[in-house]
Amino acid sequence: MLKLREVVKNYVQPDGGVLHVLDIEQFDVAEGEQIVMMGRSGCGKTTLLHCIAGISRPDSGRIWIDGWDITLMSEAERDRFRAEKIGYVFQTFNLLPGFTALENVLLAMRFTGRKVDRARARHLLERVGLQHREGHRPTQLSVGEQQRVAIARALANRPKLLLADEPTANIDTGNQAQVLELIRSTCREENVSLVLVTHSPEVASQFARVERLEEFKRAAQTKQREKVG
Amino acid sequence: MSLWKVAWRSIQQRALASALTAFSVGLGVALVVAVLVIHNVIDRSFRRGAQGYDLVVGAKGSPLLLVLGTVFHLNLNRPLDNIPWSYYEEFTEGRFVHAVEAAVPVCTGHDFKGCPAIATTPAMFDELTYQDDRKYEFTAGRNFKADKPFEAVIGATAARLTGLKVGETFRPVASGPGGHEDEVDFEIVGILAPTGTPNDRAIFMNIEGFFRCPTHQQGPSAMQRVLGGGAKEKDAAKPSDSAPKADGAAQGDAKNEAKSEELPATERGLFHEGELPDDPATTENRPDSGEMRDAPATGAKPDAAAAAAKPGEQATGSKPAADGHDHQCDEHCDHDHAHDHERNRELTAILVRTNSKAPHFSMSLPDAINREATAQAVYPSREIFQFFDTVVGNVQLMLLILAVLVVVVASIGILVSIYNSMSDRRHEIAIMRALGASRLIVMGVILLESILLSLGGGVVGIVLGHGLIGAMGPMITDQTGVQVAMWDFQLIELVLIPGLIFLATVVGYLPAAVAYRTDVARSLQAGT
Repeated sequence: MLKLREVVKNYVQPDGGVLHVLDIEQFDVAEGEQIVMMGRSGCGKTTLLHCIAGISRPDSGRIWIDGWDITLMSEAERDRFRAEKIGYVFQTFNLLPGFTALENVLLAMRFTGRKVDRARARHLLERVGLQHREGHRPTQLSVGEQQRVAIARALANRPKLLLADEPTANIDTGNQAQVLELIRSTCREENVSLVLVTHSPEVASQFARVERLEEFKRAAQTKQREKVG
Repeated sequence: MSLWKVAWRSIQQRALASALTAFSVGLGVALVVAVLVIHNVIDRSFRRGAQGYDLVVGAKGSPLLLVLGTVFHLNLNRPLDNIPWSYYEEFTEGRFVHAVEAAVPVCTGHDFKGCPAIATTPAMFDELTYQDDRKYEFTAGRNFKADKPFEAVIGATAARLTGLKVGETFRPVASGPGGHEDEVDFEIVGILAPTGTPNDRAIFMNIEGFFRCPTHQQGPSAMQRVLGGGAKEKDAAKPSDSAPKADGAAQGDAKNEAKSEELPATERGLFHEGELPDDPATTENRPDSGEMRDAPATGAKPDAAAAAAKPGEQATGSKPAADGHDHQCDEHCDHDHAHDHERNRELTAILVRTNSKAPHFSMSLPDAINREATAQAVYPSREIFQFFDTVVGNVQLMLLILAVLVVVVASIGILVSIYNSMSDRRHEIAIMRALGASRLIVMGVILLESILLSLGGGVVGIVLGHGLIGAMGPMITDQTGVQVAMWDFQLIELVLIPGLIFLATVVGYLPAAVAYRTDVARSLQAGT
């Protein structure tokens, strides 16, 4: 489902120095597989998700999703591809404040260019237990409810891949397990591959496959040194 | 969910700022609407003011002043010069009789409570029409009668302004500083239905009664001289029910009495020797069996011709009822004096409807008049068109430019408002981009937001503009006689909406470009 090969992403710092953020030799996720990518803050977890989602373009390397190499796509093609194939759950939920819960889900459907499926939007809200809150705006919802709306929105277009960026980081402990279970169960139901990044060992402990971003970087640097040597 | 709704939700999020921005656009649009509508109504009213007749004949001088003074009853700083009454008779029974269908004398220079008081004949409302040949109607009473010299009728607006009702009397006052009050009372016998013309705010009194006032017996100019000298006759005429028959009737009598002797046109005196229009066909089509009617055979002195046409009658064209002396007047009104007065009578102008059945004569009439030293013939419509095109048109253009500038400035307000909100909205735009919205879509949302604000402002402005017109309508009507209705729509208003959309697209482009260039990754992280 997801394949990364020799993906490199660097940032030029204000002092002119180069910050090596991503250096991934190889990274694969099978269809329907759920993995956790761990790493300390600032190690490039979000950048990795941005590159997979096509929000950022890697400096080099290839990324395939469902057989499509998104690194060869134009920006507009990546936008459309992202809308259709990728769901994204943010750490801060990122619901649009002017829209109701239902409209936030519908808005995601709008960008695929396909007809908006209001019934599916309602079904998803019901699935996350918010059918009675569909007319409420984000400010009228608790943080746990907001994240559940964000999950429904991420699944609105029947994506092949769900990217979750610290989805429980801003949620109280009581709700963390619920939200995490909701993400995992809905992904299972929809046969969606899940890449969840977190720095929380508690969250990671619930997944069968856990990767560490620093190890990808270290492995790549070792290989680089071997090449040079 | 359409992009319109997305844009609308953005506007709702900043409801107060959006409402104020749209309102500023609305004020500009209201100004444009007001300028357009009021100008058009004034333009229409001015152009329709001279309908019902083709020519205004008055003393030599400024054609425009003649039209403004006689057709629009404007109180000019400089009184118009006069023409002798005998010249009017050239139109009723003299050289020009076959070139005209109707000729109505008017004397201006008086008013009552700010409303112009015009001396004229009943033919003003019996024979002349207004606006597409509509006949004058009365909401109360009737037209004044030729044989009732001290009767008057009043326009609809003037009736409201002066409070005069049928049966009440008034005394006209000479316009201008030091204007004296005439010592004759005119009785209102009719109130005209609104016409949308300057006549609405005027009072029309029987010219016969007007001339019976001692200060007017030599015409308005004599009155002016009296004013200048400070003299005032005390022996004013009094209203009489047994007054002389006035012009219209007199004309008819004169025409009936005269003989339809076939004479060459030059002899008939329509035009001087060598000026006869060479139009046999027209001559054949003339009324009275293709021949000119009972024109004075002399073709020479107008006074003499008039005297010949109406022996024993007032040379004014007003014929005294019965013996011609039964009007209640003072000792001045003896027979000889009457003739002296009548010979000395003067007019401000003659409103002439040319003979449509004799177009060649009619077309030559202005030239024939203008060649002489006595008077000038003016096409009021032409003067008004020129006046509007050269003066009012430019004023309107300037007002319109100012109003459009207000709209442009208000539209720049939209730019500023949306642009200022962009820093707060970068995160939202980044979220939409992360959900799959393309750069063009987010750019479109911002442009639609700009368009919605402009359209909202435009609709508010159109409603506000027409509301303003409706609210000010009565005041405009009172001040100018021009009737302005709230829903006087102009076709050009239809251009406002596409114009606003264009303007909104232009001013929305800058913030839309900011949205287009939003760095999604950075903005998402900035919002966390």
